[in-house]
Amino acid sequence: MAQIPGPIIEVRDLKLAYDNYVVMRGLNFKIFKGNIFIVMGGSGCGKSTLLKALIGLNAPQKGKVLYNGADFWAADDAGQEAIMRRFGILYQGGALWSSLTLGENVALPLQLYSGLSAGQIREVAALKLSLVGLGGYEELYPSEISGGMRKRAGLARAIALDPDIIFFDEPSAGLDPVNARALDDLILELRDTLGATIVVVTHELASIFAIGDNSIFLDAETKTMIAEGNPKELLANSDNPKVIQFLTRGEKQGAGK
Amino acid sequence: MPQEKINFDYSVPNTLLIKISGDWVISSELPSVNEIEKALSGRAGITQLSFDLSGLTKWDSGFVSFILQIIRYSQNKNIHVSRGGLPQGVEKFLKLALKANETEPMPPQAARLTFLAMVGDKAIKIREGVLSLLDFLGEIAFAFWRFFRGKAYFCRDDFVYIVQRCGVDALPLVSLISMLVGIILAFVGVIQLELFGAQIFIADIVGIAMVRVMGAVMTGILLSGRTGASFAAELGIMQTNEEVDALRTLGVNPVEYLVMPRVLALIIMMPLLTIYADLMGIIGGFAVSTGFLGINPVEYLNHTKDAVTLNNLWIGITHGLVFGIIISVAGCLRGIRCGRSAAGVGEATTSAVVSAITGIVIATAIITFICQVLRV
Repeated sequence: MAQIPGPIIEVRDLKLAYDNYVVMRGLNFKIFKGNIFIVMGGSGCGKSTLLKALIGLNAPQKGKVLYNGADFWAADDAGQEAIMRRFGILYQGGALWSSLTLGENVALPLQLYSGLSAGQIREVAALKLSLVGLGGYEELYPSEISGGMRKRAGLARAIALDPDIIFFDEPSAGLDPVNARALDDLILELRDTLGATIVVVTHELASIFAIGDNSIFLDAETKTMIAEGNPKELLANSDNPKVIQFLTRGEKQGAGK
Repeated sequence: MPQEKINFDYSVPNTLLIKISGDWVISSELPSVNEIEKALSGRAGITQLSFDLSGLTKWDSGFVSFILQIIRYSQNKNIHVSRGGLPQGVEKFLKLALKANETEPMPPQAARLTFLAMVGDKAIKIREGVLSLLDFLGEIAFAFWRFFRGKAYFCRDDFVYIVQRCGVDALPLVSLISMLVGIILAFVGVIQLELFGAQIFIADIVGIAMVRVMGAVMTGILLSGRTGASFAAELGIMQTNEEVDALRTLGVNPVEYLVMPRVLALIIMMPLLTIYADLMGIIGGFAVSTGFLGINPVEYLNHTKDAVTLNNLWIGITHGLVFGIIISVAGCLRGIRCGRSAAGVGEATTSAVVSAITGIVIATAIITFICQVLRV
């Protein structure tokens, strides 16, 4: 893969709103290739809304989302589709299609966008499932497996097309600590093996510190981002009381240092 | 257990000493705060409240809630409450409860609307509803256009499964209901026709009524409840689970992948089920007429054959086709626009059935009127 200079995702002056209700405004940040980028903030601060604007589900009211310099929301349908084809998205509950088996779930993106034969697709789907530890589960339906497995199967589907960018919506939500940790390790491994850029929306502190290279902190009260940087450095250096309070589970109320 | 749970002691000047005894738990009967209010208003000049809990044997949040109400009441009346004698646990509870929720501001509440504003709001919502329906119909039409050009992407296995569920699986119910409708028509008709000795015309009544309208209407109402509701619930849950989002982000049009096969399935199956229901209704009428009313079977069949013209059949099939579109569009629209909660799915299902049945009745009226004008 050719090294592309500049950020792979750039957000400029983004304003997110539902009709008249402003969720976030004035968002500016860059995400660089191969980074694990964390979007954090308290519950209900607009993290998921931001994610929806990034993955093309909800148009922002104002501002730009640039992928390798191309303005996503200004592009036509075909242009948007071409950009979206390089995404993989893991939804909160896995969002597997319940009428399809795990194998068919992973195979569907391949049927749509790969030139492989049916047999090859089956092989690739089986490979992706085994990468997330679900080898041999191809014939099961999503309703027949546990929540953690559903999430991993969702990840297998997200990486079906070897995406450049993988989005994670609350990856640790609903997982026990061991499984949450395993998923974190998987995220790191995916970054290293696929060379993918990873965007994670989460408020799970353990994950944030374990995997985050870079991050932004969204604040519901001021309706904008109030900090950005490596989470560990934020913890050490930030002088914003809200950020410190968040990163220490409220144990430190004071103004940093 | 002591009978009296509260006693009042006024011995110290300007002070009310409340003596509390016995079990103060939620599962037992607790005195109301009114008694304290009565005791306070009974005597003027009380500025202090205190408690004597020496007789208290057991307490839980029932007791805490009681004390809390006293404290709130006294604050309003500028009476000082001394909390000295309270157990430590109660004191902790009170501190938690009295702590103002300063960390998180209350979410802004929707302002109460005036009557006019509510009427306006409703009107705007109706307009939005109509626009969203038109939007959806446009999307479906576009999906069909792509389908006929062989460009639509959907799962063929899914389609076959939907056809099976809304068609074949509905056969027993459709048989039962339409046969009963045929029987009812025969029984109702014979009462009048007997007066003229014209029982044989039951064959005409049952045949024409079933084929022209009743077969389609009964099937339509059955399928609104069976299939329309299941479409709405299915798509609603897929929406709630973000499955629809997952399709969209993959570049698959949910209307094409999920809605079009369902509409197509009902467009195919409703007319077929209607014909089947017509037949079942005629069989029901035949059975009653020949079995109970003493009509000659051959004569009955001949009369039916003469009465039921091809026009009647086409009108019936048109009804079925229109109903199929109404049921599937209502179900899919409600499902795919469903709110993301369990209650949202319930509402979607209910309104799918209600709008489908309303639509069926209105469509029947319109088609009947058109046929009247065209004299067919």
